[in-house]
Amino acid sequence: MTRKLTGITSYGVYVPFYRLNRGDIGTSLGLPGLTGARPVAGYDEDSTTLAVEAARRTLRRIPGFAPAELWFATSRPAYLERSNASAIAMALGLPEELAAYDAGGAIRSGAGAFRAALRAPAVVTLADLRYGLPGSEDELLGADAAAAFTTGENPVAELLGGASRTMELLDRWRTPGAIRTRTWEERFGVEEYLEVVQAVAEAAAKEAGLEPSEIDHVVISGPHTRAVREARRRFDPARLAAGLADDLGYAGTADFGVRLCAVLDRAEPGQSILAVLAADGADAFVFRATPELAAYRAQGAERPGGVLPLGYPDYLTWRGLLDREPPRRPEVKSPAPPASWRNMRWKFSFTAARCAACGIRNLPPRRICLGCGAVDQGEPVAMRDVRGTVATFTDDWLSESVQLPAKVVAVDFDGGGRFEFEMTDAPGREVAIGDRVAPVFRLASVASNDIRNYIWKVRPHEEES
Amino acid sequence: MPAHALRNPVAIVGMSCTRFGELWDRNVDDLLVEATLGAVGSVPGLELGQVDAFWLGTMTSGVSGLTLTRPMNIADRPVTRVENMCATGSEAFRNACFAVSSGAYDVVMAVGGEKLKDFGFSGLEMPSVPGDGTSPNLSAPAMYSMIVPSYARRYGLTEEQVKEAMTHIAWRNHANGARNPRAQFRKSVPKEVIARAPAIAGRLSVFDSSGVADGAAAAVIVRAEDAHKYTDRPLYVHGLALSAGAATGRNDDRYDYSDLPEVVNSSQVAYAQAGITDPATQISMAEVHDCFTPTELVLMEELGFSPRGQGWKDVLAGRYDLGGALPVNPDGGLKSFGHPVGASGLRMLFEMWLQFRGEAGDRQVANPAFGLVQNQGGSPGALVSAVSIVSDRAP
Repeated sequence: MTRKLTGITSYGVYVPFYRLNRGDIGTSLGLPGLTGARPVAGYDEDSTTLAVEAARRTLRRIPGFAPAELWFATSRPAYLERSNASAIAMALGLPEELAAYDAGGAIRSGAGAFRAALRAPAVVTLADLRYGLPGSEDELLGADAAAAFTTGENPVAELLGGASRTMELLDRWRTPGAIRTRTWEERFGVEEYLEVVQAVAEAAAKEAGLEPSEIDHVVISGPHTRAVREARRRFDPARLAAGLADDLGYAGTADFGVRLCAVLDRAEPGQSILAVLAADGADAFVFRATPELAAYRAQGAERPGGVLPLGYPDYLTWRGLLDREPPRRPEVKSPAPPASWRNMRWKFSFTAARCAACGIRNLPPRRICLGCGAVDQGEPVAMRDVRGTVATFTDDWLSESVQLPAKVVAVDFDGGGRFEFEMTDAPGREVAIGDRVAPVFRLASVASNDIRNYIWKVRPHEEES
Repeated sequence: MPAHALRNPVAIVGMSCTRFGELWDRNVDDLLVEATLGAVGSVPGLELGQVDAFWLGTMTSGVSGLTLTRPMNIADRPVTRVENMCATGSEAFRNACFAVSSGAYDVVMAVGGEKLKDFGFSGLEMPSVPGDGTSPNLSAPAMYSMIVPSYARRYGLTEEQVKEAMTHIAWRNHANGARNPRAQFRKSVPKEVIARAPAIAGRLSVFDSSGVADGAAAAVIVRAEDAHKYTDRPLYVHGLALSAGAATGRNDDRYDYSDLPEVVNSSQVAYAQAGITDPATQISMAEVHDCFTPTELVLMEELGFSPRGQGWKDVLAGRYDLGGALPVNPDGGLKSFGHPVGASGLRMLFEMWLQFRGEAGDRQVANPAFGLVQNQGGSPGALVSAVSIVSDRAP
């Protein structure tokens, strides 16, 4: 009897483009000796949009994949009560015949979502924004990021085994809506975590038919800085190197995924991987890189884009930690939920209508074609991955955008169709007619009734040569 | 598009216009009362009770005809409130003209007014319909500033060259407004100050933008054959056109943001009605919709005053200055007269009223033959444009 191989079939990481120099934080707060920079999600990003971008990058590398489930985990959900996974599924253009679930709140929910996704053809996306009060460890050592995986047959990394332990141990906590994560003294929990990490590593390796010492790559992730440091000390640094290679800071719920992706970018076919998340217990997964991994990697991933410097005052403003005088303009209006629902394939999936009569793309879809007047001839066309060119542009200092001036561009898409967008990830950029752009899923605004207006924007796109 | 000249031509026999500006001491009722009584009072012997019907133009200062009847204490009269964005004043006028031309009424009034300064914002707040939140949300100056790079690229200019023409327009409209006792801004501003001002959108500063103002204006309209019963110097209407575009330009990659096709269409319809074949020489003066300076620049071409791509040169050469070959916005325009939305189209006509009666003081244009009023609402790619042609000669 041949066993069907299952495991990870594609993966992707999204790290937002802004970088906050820790030295800037130090200068502002009088904390000497801080170095390096941490990634910060843009003013128009949240855990939902980060998760979308990581999943887009993952799904792009496995064309035609039809997941049965979508799992999303974060410690900073954009909404409670209502699902964020549903917005992610819609932004990914996934069909309605899909189960989409949030596993939110705890950092450990990342491991839970990952574990659930490994049972089925699924996509799992983990995202987090790490911050706290100014000067906190979460601010200084955190990273905003997202990682996603698809699962199923013919994997690039076969799942060999797994194990879990659960502890009721209050080393950190945050109540819903709070900025600040509180922690007990850092020495508490170290030994307890070391014990469960060792236990799950051994159990998972055993299930995989391996000794822990035989494993080629080891990832250990968790919010307890001291415990994770000690746990890593128990492994040969060479085995930890791949998982620490792209280290940008601790990415919370996404951290485990981001590091596993870094290993998958480096592991050789046949090598084994142990990934451990140590939070409120521990979860371990053992994979073996398959021969497919080499071919998969050869088709190329999203190239890392350039980074954008971000000043500390803007960072604080974006996180709601610095209440600045707003422009004297009318209050932001929220979208109407019935209208958003009627137009979900336009608003979330960025699906336009191509006129069957004249071929012109109508953005947004409309009953009467703007090109030829044909009635009800529109056929859905996904614009999410269509590049475009700037037709004209302006800087709007009276915009309702958080960051002024808002860069506004009229975009003509390759293959036809025009729409006006806020150009994001472009502060201070000198825009010109003819500049190339690519669509991204972002937030337009958050209204006073807390409705988050998700829309598609564009960002500068550097052409591959 | 068939749009015939009125079978029964009409004439304005009385007008008035309030001072425009930040009128903190007056509400919309006060403004509408002042304009309405002023226009009636400008017609010797006419009383309010002799006016058969009213068209009220206002965008944000009230709904229904009752916005006018209540403060005026008018009862048992047909009063219609109209709205067509910033072309609302022209729309009130146009529909009033049709009504009197039809013979349904003998004496009608168009009244336009707006109270903007109670909103407490810089710029305008447009009434909005609940939606899915995907409509691009640009400020008005941002939408119009997108003309600048498009125009520059289209004609091989630098944006600095376009800005130079914009600065000239702002400078001239400020200078004209300085001569107008009703204007919001009565001060000449040196070009260096205008050019240096900080941007609010693209290349636009506040000096490139119309003034946010309160104000009202009104006209009394009768059939041309009756005009001399009311005044010996009526202002005759030779053309009345409105073009509402499909509003698809901002979603259509064939549209160039420096085109205002609704203006071309509405002006050509009005020219045909008035028998004008060469507007560049037959129009003596124009009041146009200078909501932002790049708008006025492209209007010179869309109205046929300058060849395409040459408007910026004609602007800089002073062709449209007071004393130039075709004075534009002699009253200071939206730029310095101010832009109380519902009043603006009627305010433009009011300048024609003064000019053709020789009452424009030191703004007086000598011996005008035809005057053109162009008033628009919306933004490039999604526009309504109204054009009226007037003269002191009967059609």
